[in-house]
Formats: sequence, C-alpha cells, structure tokens
Amino acid sequence: MTSVTHRKTWTPWLFLAPALVVLGGLLAYPIYQLGLISLFHYTQAQVSGGEPTTFEGFGNYAELFGDSQFWEVLLATVVFAAACVVSTLAVGCALAVLLTRVRALPRLALMLAALGAWATPAVTGSTVWLFLFDADFGPVNRVLGLGDHSWTYGRFSAFFLVLLEVVWCSFPFVMVTVYAGIRAVPGEVLEAASLDGASQWRIWRSVLAPILRPILVVVTIQSVIWDFKVFTQIYVMTNGGGIAGQNLVLNVYAYQKAFASSQYSLGSAIGVVMLLILLVVTLGYLRLLRRQGEEL
Amino acid sequence: MKHAPRLAAALATAAVLAACAPQTSDNSSSDKDEKTGTLRVWLFQEVSNKPKEKVVDSVLAAFEKAHEDTEVTVEYIPVETRAQRIKAAFNDPESAPDVIEYGNTDTAGYVKDGGLLDVTEEFGAWQEAKDTDATAKQSVTVDGKVYGAPYFVGVRALYYRTDVFEELGLDVPRTQAELISTAKEIRAAEPELYGLAVGGAYTYGAMPFVWANGGELATGKGGSYASAIDSAAAQKGIKAYTSLFGDDNCPAATCAGMGGNDTVTAFASGKAGMAIGGDFSHAAVEAGKVRGKYAVVPLPGVKAGEIAPAFAGGNNIGVLKSTSHRTLAVDLMKRLASKETQASMFDAMGFLPTFSDVRRQAAAKEPFVKPFADTLAAGTKFVPASPAWAQIDSSLVLPTMFQEIVSGKKSVAAASADAAKKMNDAFGSVG
Repeated sequence: MTSVTHRKTWTPWLFLAPALVVLGGLLAYPIYQLGLISLFHYTQAQVSGGEPTTFEGFGNYAELFGDSQFWEVLLATVVFAAACVVSTLAVGCALAVLLTRVRALPRLALMLAALGAWATPAVTGSTVWLFLFDADFGPVNRVLGLGDHSWTYGRFSAFFLVLLEVVWCSFPFVMVTVYAGIRAVPGEVLEAASLDGASQWRIWRSVLAPILRPILVVVTIQSVIWDFKVFTQIYVMTNGGGIAGQNLVLNVYAYQKAFASSQYSLGSAIGVVMLLILLVVTLGYLRLLRRQGEEL
Repeated sequence: MKHAPRLAAALATAAVLAACAPQTSDNSSSDKDEKTGTLRVWLFQEVSNKPKEKVVDSVLAAFEKAHEDTEVTVEYIPVETRAQRIKAAFNDPESAPDVIEYGNTDTAGYVKDGGLLDVTEEFGAWQEAKDTDATAKQSVTVDGKVYGAPYFVGVRALYYRTDVFEELGLDVPRTQAELISTAKEIRAAEPELYGLAVGGAYTYGAMPFVWANGGELATGKGGSYASAIDSAAAQKGIKAYTSLFGDDNCPAATCAGMGGNDTVTAFASGKAGMAIGGDFSHAAVEAGKVRGKYAVVPLPGVKAGEIAPAFAGGNNIGVLKSTSHRTLAVDLMKRLASKETQASMFDAMGFLPTFSDVRRQAAAKEPFVKPFADTLAAGTKFVPASPAWAQIDSSLVLPTMFQEIVSGKKSVAAASADAAKKMNDAFGSVG
C-alpha cells in the first residue's frame, strides 16, 4: 500500500460501494435520525402536525439525566446484563466442554435441545417460561410445593426468572461457537496437558481458554450487546416492566417513553445513550485485549 | 478502518442535506367539502360485534339514501391497537378515515395532536344535543370547544354474589367502611375467594375511593391543571383502597398486577365475592359461572346513602380534521350518535345512552341498568381535560403509585407525592 497511485486508491472503495450503500441506508441513516429526533421536542402532536417542532438542543438529555428513575433503570440494566453475560458464558462454555467429552448420541441430543432453545422465538420462550412459573397453574410451583407463590411479584425473583429465560435462549450460541473452537484445538496439546497430569479445570484455564481467546472475545461482546438490549423477555414476562416499574431495563424504558407515551424524542435520547454506552464498552474491551498483545 | 470517520462524516453531511428536521405530516384541515363520494368510518370492534354492525348498517343505509352518490365504508378496529391505528391515521391524512369512534379519555390528546375537527357550531345547532348529559358533554369539550358527539357512557358499580352473601348472612354494604369490612369477612369465611377483587393497575376502580373521600385527580381548568392526588382527602381514599390488598382480602402478590378486566374475570369465574365492574362488563359476567347468582348496587360512598362518584367512561364519535367531506362527515357523526341510534345500540349492545331522556327509557326497560343509571344520576367525575392526561395514563403514573403502596415500597404520602410530581411535570410540559 506504499506506492499506490491516487487512481488506484479508489478501486477498493468501488468494490465496497454496494455494501457501504446498504450499511449507510440501513444503519447510518437511522442512527442519524435517532440523534436528530433526540434534539427536538418531538411527540405525537409534532408528528401529526398538531404543533410545530421545536429545537431543544440537549434538553431531552438534561431531562433524562435529571430523572432519578433513569439512573435506577440504568443501574438495574448494567447489573442484570452483567449477570446474564456471566451466566450465559458459564453455562455455554461448560456445556461446550461437556459436548467434547460425551459420546455421539448424547451429544446429538444435547445439540438438538440447544438448537431447539435457540430457534424458539423470544416471545414464545418467554410465554412458556412464564407459564412454567405461573402462580396458579405452573408445574414448577406444583413440583416444589410452593402453593400459589408469585415469582413475578418480588423484584429479584422476577429478574431471576427473566435471567433464566435469557440464559436458556442465548447459551446455545456460546456453546456451539465454543464447541467449534475446541474442536479446532490440536489434540496433541490437550493430550500433552493431560499427560502432565493437569485437571479438567486446569486444562480449561491454562490451555483451552488462551487458545480460544478470540472466540471468547466475540461471544462475550455479542452477549454483552444482546443482554444489554434485552427487551422481549422483560416486556413479556414482567408485563412491560413489573410491579411499579421495578423490572424496567433501558430498552423497555425507552419503549415505554417513546411509544407507550409518544415521547419519541425522549425515547430517542435513551436510544442514543444506550448506543454510546455499548460503543464505549465494546471499544474499551477491545483496547484492553490489544494491550495484552492480542490482535483481532 | 481508518477511513471510517471520514466516511461517517460524508454520510452525515449527505443526510443533513436530505433532512434538517424530523419528519412531520401536514395535518392542516382540508378546505375541501365534497358533497359526493366515499366516506370512511372506523368504529371499535366489540367482543360480540354482530348486533353493533346491524345497528350501524341501518344508520349507513339511511345516510346513503339521504345523500345521493355517497358511499360509506366502515371498518371495525380492535380496541387494543386503536392507539397505533389512530396515530397512523393522524400521520397519514391521505389514508385516514373521515369519522372515528374514540375513547373519551383520549379527547384532549387527539385535539392536541391536531387530529379532530372542531364541531362546536354544528353541535350547538343540533336539536338533540340539548339533552346530552353534562358529563358526557364535558368529555367532548376541550377549552370550551366541542370535538365530537358522545356515543355512549360507561360507569362502574359494585357487583356482589347473592349466594355468598346469603350463606354468610351478610348485608349489602352501605358505606365504604362496611364495604371493606364485608370484603374481609368474606375472605375470612371463604379463603379461596377474594372478598372484593381489586387491582393495582385498576385506576378507574380505585378512583371512586379517592373521589368519595373528597379527593381529586387534579384541580384547575382550561388547560392549566395541578395535581391534587397527594391532598389529605385523596390520601385518605388511597389508603382505603390500598387497605384492600393483603392476605385478608386480595393478596398483593397476585392483585397488585391486576387490571380492571382481571378483577371482572375473577368475579365472573366465581373467584371473588365482590368486584367493581361496569355496565359494559354485564355481558362478560352473564357469560361466566356466576350467572344468576349476583346483583349490582351503586358503589357506596363514605356515609350511608351516599354513592361514590364514578368515573364517566365511554366513547365519542368525532370527525377527523383531514376529511374532505366536512358537511357529510358531520351529518354522519350526528346520525351515528343520535337518540334513535343510541336507543337501538342500547337494545343491541347494552351501551348506556348519553342523552338523559333516552337513558331513563332504557332503565325502565332493563332492570340491570338501574344501579348504573343511579350512579350516573348521583354525579360522576371525569379525568382532567388536558392533553397531559394521555401521557399520565400511558406512563402508568397512578398504577405505579398504587403498586408502590401495596407492595410496601413506599408510604401513601411518599407514593402520592411522587405521583403528583410526575403529573405536574406532565401538565407543565404541555403548557
């Protein structure tokens, strides 16, 4: 790339153009609109022309940051997403290792079960989980002999229920990806480790995890993004945010602001804040890895 | 990836050139007033819609006969998705209907959105309109202007199980205190029943308790309101209502999340000794397990003989600002909401007429109407006629307040103060 002429530098862009047009249309333009709307006072009255649109500058952001509920929801989202990511990765990795150690038939069964969970639409999965834990008719209460205990009434119990569902529907991605990674690890390395008398946990920690690092990075980032943005599970399972809004996460909060109460501009501001948080988290994570000498 | 910032900047510039402000639709009133052509009507889809369709069809046939070369197409839209449908209609006047049915709590919001046509003049000149009852008229009025014709009213009263009361030797409660103690007696004697089915998200079942104690949602007039939900009187009512949540009546774990329909369903399926239901719930209760084993009385007030003021719900018929058939659409609105139509709509669907005289005739014909008519006659309340109400309603300010109290998160004073603050923010933001 040192001696290219001016004309030649355009060639790669020419090839990239179709993809860039699609990306621009489907990604950049909506994000631009999101940012734009967040700077105006934009409710249903403005959309349908009942009142003129007024420029607010960062008024929506000021309102958002001045609202104690926003900070509460943000904290709940971060803690909940972190718990989901850790649980998903733990379950996914543990089952991936298990997959490599069982015979063909149980492996097939586990794979099929995981793919089934993966393929289930979030709304269906949430409804089924809700039914399993239903206070009056749920089999879980019957098996555990809990009477008509309501799982969605307490804040932590409701979050826990949603966490179970989120882990259930997102561990297969981690499991399959990590399993593929483990398969690609040369057998000699693992054999050498076990000949040296390393335990399963030791092999995972000192051999597999470092080799699988790029894969783990990808699934972690994916999980962070997914779990930070969780919407359907909360919306369906806690009926739009739980008793007195105790189970709101940012995405549902944004929806309630933007669409339930037609404050599109405030909802957009929440969206922009979420986007920035995720960008910072992802970039920070990548930088951290780079400093440790990993190239992605 | 080092070109990315430059590219993003280029794209952003292109986008800025394309649009400098978020999109808005031009929803100014159409100046056209065509005397022929097709009119579109949106009405709500009811649970059993056939009888309604029949009444509407005969109105439309008469309309088409009276106006040459006109045609009316009617569409029944589901109540649950009405918000999206009507927002979409406001956003896209091209495909919007001419005449709509809408919930009366939405009036101020739709007016602010610029969707409804001001029909003050036509309504004033309409012969039948003078018999419209005051609360119904208030529900189509914003800032002294009329934006539609009342279609029917709905009020809630106390449903109770006659068999349970007889078995336990209970009297029908005459005061709010008796209501609460009776509810707890039922629960104590029959632990699988809720005494009085209540819901943390059942705003219009809870408000009569506040109103009966002299509280108000908000005070003020003509666009500027201040919340009064944290006043001493209102707090007394909130305390009375929330005292019904607990293992001695309706366990908070199940009842905190319930809405109005859930409580009526609980009553209809025989899971409650009493419930607060509307005249519009009559059909659902009749279809349930408790058919023939219940009666209805007005919800008692604080003192014996008083009736707790009920929320005057109901629907209106309005004309959209974007209509290109102004005269025809207003005439159709009047026909759909006329005395004659309301009388036959009552026979078909049980909807309570908004005209006092028509309602009296209806009550004489159908005994189940009596407690509801009595409730209406005793005086009803309406939500603040402010566009902020739609926002307060949809952001669940009051359900949140009740749920915070019944789940023990906040005291009545703290929760009502927070709710009042949120309401005032909403009132303030709409100017």
